[in-house]
Amino acid sequence: MNANELTIADARDALAKGELSAVDLTMACLTAIDAGTPLNAFVHATPEIALDQARAADARRGAGAGALNGIPLGIKDLFCTRGVASQAASNILKGFKPEYESTVTSKLFEAGAVMLGKLNMDEFAMGSSNETSCYGDAVNPWKVDDRRLTPGGSSGGSAAAVAADLCLAATGTDTGGSIRQPAAFTGIVGIKPTYGRVSRWGIVAFASSLDQAGPMTKSVRDAAILLGAMAGHDPKDSTSADIPVPDFEAALTGDIRGRKIGIPREYRMEGMPAEIEALWARGREMLADAGAEIVDISLPHTKYALPAYYVIAPAEASSNLARYDGVRYGHRARLGQGDGIVDMYEKTRAEGFGKEVQRRVMIGTYVLSAGFYDAYYNRARKVRALIKRDFDEAFAAGVDAILTPATPSSAFGLGEMADADPVAMYLNDVFTVTVNLAGLPGISVPVGLDAKGLPLGLQLIGRPWDEAGLLNHAHVLERAAGFVEKPRKWW
Amino acid sequence: MLDLTYEAPKPKVIAGAKHDWELVIGMEIHAQVSSNAKLFSGASTTFGAEPNSNVSFVDCAMPGMLPVINEFCVAQAVRTGLGLKAQINLVSAFDRKNYFYPDLPQGYQISQLYHPIVGEGEVLVELAPGIARLVRIERIHLEQDAGKSIHDMDPNLSFVDFNRTGVALMEIVSRPDIRGPEEAAAYVAKLRQILRYLGTCDGNMQNGNLRADVNVSVCRPGQYEKYQETQDFSHLGTRCEIKNMNSMRFIQQAIDYEARRQIAILEDGGKVVQETRLYDPDKGETRSMRSKEEAHDYRYFPDPDLLPLEIEQGWVDEIAASMPELPDAKKARFMADYGVTDYDANVLTAELDAAAYFEEVARGRDGKQAANWVINELFGRLNKQGLTIADTPVKAGQLGGVLDLIASGEISGKMAKDLFEILWTEGGDPAEVAAARGMKQVTDTGAIETAVDEIIAANPAQVEKAKANPKLAGWFVGQVIKATGGKANPAAVNQIVAQKLGL
Repeated sequence: MNANELTIADARDALAKGELSAVDLTMACLTAIDAGTPLNAFVHATPEIALDQARAADARRGAGAGALNGIPLGIKDLFCTRGVASQAASNILKGFKPEYESTVTSKLFEAGAVMLGKLNMDEFAMGSSNETSCYGDAVNPWKVDDRRLTPGGSSGGSAAAVAADLCLAATGTDTGGSIRQPAAFTGIVGIKPTYGRVSRWGIVAFASSLDQAGPMTKSVRDAAILLGAMAGHDPKDSTSADIPVPDFEAALTGDIRGRKIGIPREYRMEGMPAEIEALWARGREMLADAGAEIVDISLPHTKYALPAYYVIAPAEASSNLARYDGVRYGHRARLGQGDGIVDMYEKTRAEGFGKEVQRRVMIGTYVLSAGFYDAYYNRARKVRALIKRDFDEAFAAGVDAILTPATPSSAFGLGEMADADPVAMYLNDVFTVTVNLAGLPGISVPVGLDAKGLPLGLQLIGRPWDEAGLLNHAHVLERAAGFVEKPRKWW
Repeated sequence: MLDLTYEAPKPKVIAGAKHDWELVIGMEIHAQVSSNAKLFSGASTTFGAEPNSNVSFVDCAMPGMLPVINEFCVAQAVRTGLGLKAQINLVSAFDRKNYFYPDLPQGYQISQLYHPIVGEGEVLVELAPGIARLVRIERIHLEQDAGKSIHDMDPNLSFVDFNRTGVALMEIVSRPDIRGPEEAAAYVAKLRQILRYLGTCDGNMQNGNLRADVNVSVCRPGQYEKYQETQDFSHLGTRCEIKNMNSMRFIQQAIDYEARRQIAILEDGGKVVQETRLYDPDKGETRSMRSKEEAHDYRYFPDPDLLPLEIEQGWVDEIAASMPELPDAKKARFMADYGVTDYDANVLTAELDAAAYFEEVARGRDGKQAANWVINELFGRLNKQGLTIADTPVKAGQLGGVLDLIASGEISGKMAKDLFEILWTEGGDPAEVAAARGMKQVTDTGAIETAVDEIIAANPAQVEKAKANPKLAGWFVGQVIKATGGKANPAAVNQIVAQKLGL
């Protein structure tokens, strides 16, 4: 086994025992990254930084070293990293190197982590297939025949890199499912924490009221370790919650006896593939076998979630992306004789933003415009409140966690959706957007393979701020599923 | 304290070619919050710094940057609200006003459209003794200022300075209760005075720290009263908004011009088009900036980066407990405690430091005399030299000393003026200077009697005339004072002259 194939937990133990050095571990990852070029997961490798950090980690080893001392990670391109290209996979931020470090990456570095580089993603995190990236598609290490598959999106590079063992774990962000869907498509674990658990400061904003960063890992335990390092109150983010961060790893007791697991009937979608239905049923059984009580619940406003999401997220995005205007940083269009400021805006943004980003900026601008605000944005806000109330009521009735499929299908082929209605792509988020709208924690756990041999995941949704309980449920599900498959290396 | 009651002024009436017209004016005042740091970033607000030196990552809207509310600016808005007797909203919220402009780095201004921090209040605007307009305040909200675009440094390039970007503003919105150009200027002056008393805005209009948008419409007499009864704006004329004025004089000129422009249109059978206009002080006219159709669609929505702003009543109470005495109260107290006139009280309370100066002089002394000295001698001298009260060479303690010398009869009023002049130019302790310069009025009746006797003896013809016409006794008084080198106490001289002449 190569060192880059280790989990964080195993690597941590090997590093602590001196069986492995952070430099060797980092070198193994850098080698894997070089070999993994066909996956197009890493878009800016930072080997010098990584080795410097690894050497420092080796020097620090022992008592007092942080929870992630010497652990090599990949960082989604959406995170601003000081002096390192941070482009949100967009041409409009071409060459942008921030002079500041995001709160999350700062905390990871404080905990001793090693940054291997920046990871591919959908442009501005808008997409479910990593096909909107200015760097080109990231590719799923899982394959059927010779078809290249999507790793999902928007955190597609993160998912591909972790699944292909290019790094031990990665950061992702999730606005409507961007951690959980790619995790499910690549057979890894991904958790979106409660809104406010992880600081958004220094993460390029997509939809501020929905965005939340989280870990993408090879195991639930790793997710607990990494989330512990990422989470915590940040006075620089007004929406970050000032509540203590528990020891998530210590919460992995494996004991969920007597816990109540809700099965929402509205998630049984029309035309849902039998394989997904069967997977969901298996998940129910596994949790029941572990001593949990399975109850049917109703989340009646679920069907309105996707439309509400695709009003709120573009509305916020249209405003958040207004700052990319060519005036201060990033791309500025070459102007013609007589061009004025409006020409500069229009040309810069037409050249800098890809089609999907432009589409969402236009949708967002439309739904906020005079005369349409109440019909779209305000109505979507009301729907959002109802969706949250559905969950509140379920939890008030004693439900500890909710089990749903993570995605409506396994990974699809790159380019397969190119001519499809954009809404068909948006349907990928059908099981995940409710969680963002309600601000809840949600985790995707790999549970099995479909008939094509591709991974499938289940989603567990937890009470607000109960990531500890959620991770423990996920840990039980992971153990029961015994998912150990890895993609066959073809790259 | 005096209970001052006021009568409302008559609205300004403009005679058109066909009818009389009245003006209806509402104002939005943008007041820069006095604060060392910006509204949502820790960057400095110092005026006149090198371009782009007071700019944080948040201010220039770098990717991933987030706003964090400056608690002091919130306290300043609450203080202002309390000073305008306004409702303080314990829950308010920030909204984004979206538009593109190079001096607006975020592409939106963070403001408070739907839930402002301060609700309804009022400002009493005095126009003459006993005459005042009560202008209702609709709301005050907090918002970010924009930066500055500079177009005249290069023929092909524009530049932008973000120093001002993100500085906290209070937008103070009045109801359409102002009825003429003079009232509008008086309203701005009164608001400015209150803000300066509160320390929430320095009121420096030249630097743009206090700017006004003025909404002007005209209507026929009687229509405004219908509006007042129903609060239905359809009784009023179509308004135009004149943007961004930072001079009292321009505000008045612009309103006057704009009203006459609208009247001319209406009397010609035309319609006033609702629009935003700019005042050109060089030409003395307003001109269209953009029509209602061209108006931006600001796409306001709640800022998702900021949670609703919740403040506690206890915190508001603490601010209320630390409120300074405000102009109206101070004026009433000056009139009651020091017996100064309504007019003088206005002059003395116009500026807080001048009022404090006056009080130091007046305390324990003759208030009216103190007022006369402060207003006529001190303010007169300051104005003449273009100085403010902060620069006065004669401190309150010194002026008080001068008044004490008058009160004890040691120097005459005339001498006091000379003494004041010496203190102004050379400084020093009034009593010591007076003594050193031999400025001591003679109250020794023996010495005065001698002088009077001598003058009576030397001027028998004048004596006869004075006996016939007692008014001429003043001539003798003058002669005596002259003979004593101006040191004789005039009151004593008067008495002795009258007595000796047998008047």
